[in-house]
Amino acid sequence: MSTVEELQKRVAELEAILKDKNDFTGSKREKIAEMSAEVVDSNPYSRLMALKRMGIVNNYEKIREYTVAVVGVGGVGSVTAEMLTRCGIGKLILFDYDKVELANMNRLFFQPHQAGLSKVEAAARTLSFINPDVVMETHNYNITTIDNFQHFMDRISEGGLNGGAVDLVLSCVDNFEARMAINVACNTLGQTWFESGVSENAVSGHIQLIIPGESACFACAPPLVVASNIDEKTLKKDGVCAASLPTTMGVVAGFLVQNTLKKLLNFGEVSWYLGYSALSDFFPKMKLRPNPTCEDSYCRARQKEFNEKPKPVVADVPAETIKEVHEDNEWGICLVDETSQDAEPETKNNLELVEGVRAAYTVPETCPTQGPTIEDTEVSLDELMKQMKSL
Amino acid sequence: MDDKAKKTLSAIPLLKTKAGPREKDLWPQRLKEEYQALIQYVQNNKVADNDWFRLESNKEGTRWFGKCWFFHNQLKYEFDIEFDIPITFPSTAPEIALPELDGKTAKMYRGGKICLSDHFKPLWARNAPKFGIAHAMALGLGPWLAVEIPDLISKGVITYKEKSEQST
Ligand SMILES: [Zn+2]
Repeated sequence: MSTVEELQKRVAELEAILKDKNDFTGSKREKIAEMSAEVVDSNPYSRLMALKRMGIVNNYEKIREYTVAVVGVGGVGSVTAEMLTRCGIGKLILFDYDKVELANMNRLFFQPHQAGLSKVEAAARTLSFINPDVVMETHNYNITTIDNFQHFMDRISEGGLNGGAVDLVLSCVDNFEARMAINVACNTLGQTWFESGVSENAVSGHIQLIIPGESACFACAPPLVVASNIDEKTLKKDGVCAASLPTTMGVVAGFLVQNTLKKLLNFGEVSWYLGYSALSDFFPKMKLRPNPTCEDSYCRARQKEFNEKPKPVVADVPAETIKEVHEDNEWGICLVDETSQDAEPETKNNLELVEGVRAAYTVPETCPTQGPTIEDTEVSLDELMKQMKSL
Repeated sequence: MDDKAKKTLSAIPLLKTKAGPREKDLWPQRLKEEYQALIQYVQNNKVADNDWFRLESNKEGTRWFGKCWFFHNQLKYEFDIEFDIPITFPSTAPEIALPELDGKTAKMYRGGKICLSDHFKPLWARNAPKFGIAHAMALGLGPWLAVEIPDLISKGVITYKEKSEQST
């Protein structure tokens, strides 16, 4: 190390960090004990409290009693957290294991000088500066691993301002595994949450309210896709995994927080599933019923509890019958038909999907995996591990 | 997937025990099956003269690491592999990562996790929980290396390094 160039670079880095620190101590506002509706230029809550006077929300100041967990502080999660902070939410719990990178700068919220900092740390600093009244809790880890998952569940069930469960969990993660982990946690705890997502081609997105037992959970059906109204065959994934646009992420974050506010403060109508197709400005909406044969046993348990609860009678929509899908099973493996792009007729399963939304794929019951299966063995795990090593 | 790939895949024994690492009672059984399937797959590869990876895990079987290699113009390119078993396994596949290639190709997610084809997730979902780590290697990492490594070599992103002898 220690060429002049390297040292200069290091000095510049340290200066940036110092400047960052000074910015945050420079003109920090004092905490405000109670939200006031007084319209003065020094009151950050006056325009929010005006919602009460206009009769939109009855109890805006109640927002300070609520705790929201934001899982994933990327393009959607960071903007979501900022909106909630500016709205004066009581407490935010942020989860993410990633660092801020310059490659994230096509998105909103994070700034180049924060590159290298953990996302939760950088976000908490900015957010506390914007609104010091919000209680911040951050966790810089991957929720899907065995080492962290129990802690994640504990923070969901005990992280609320009153020491109880949080009021809402918002999933702003960018991958299937993490969504499934949140789904497991929320089904287990009976925790209400919102799923959100932006497609890998950046031109569609969705939010989905999940109340375990009452609505479909994330595992009740294959992931849903909002039709982009472009020929999927022309979509090329060669050379890149994913694209992203700050616009689509901003729209989805806006939908997510809007519905969070409606849910928490009890005004307007909360959407169960709301899709967004950017290319055609199309917004499909629907409710998804839970799948009685969902593979998540906690989902089924929550459904049972929900069904046993007395509730107002609503007209039942007849369920679609499961469409049988014939599969070539010559290989004993349940294969995906790679020739047919239009999965439309076979995607219904038990789902009543609104036009413009389809399942990403199907899991037909007519295609059981067959083939040579592992044989029982007396050989111990240690022995197998050794065998593997000595291959 | 071509017929050769289907044949390779169908020769890997299917697993029986549906259990993830949180299920303390059943996970050791699943882990044994994972090792059995991996041993069989490596042996199949050797017979087919296509030996291309080794894996091992911590004793809990929750964290895996190893090496994979790829021959291009008679030169062997070797990479470290690592991944965790997510708590949602085997409903969801492990996310296989090659950390040393992180940031070198757009066909990766953060942390060097490989970007899988559109066919991987449906295939996994349709065959869960009978697919295991060996299937993830055959369906995910194998095809990824075959496409990406020659490309990265031709772009000069990775260059041949003289390495110690083959690990066998
Ligand atoms: Zn479910």
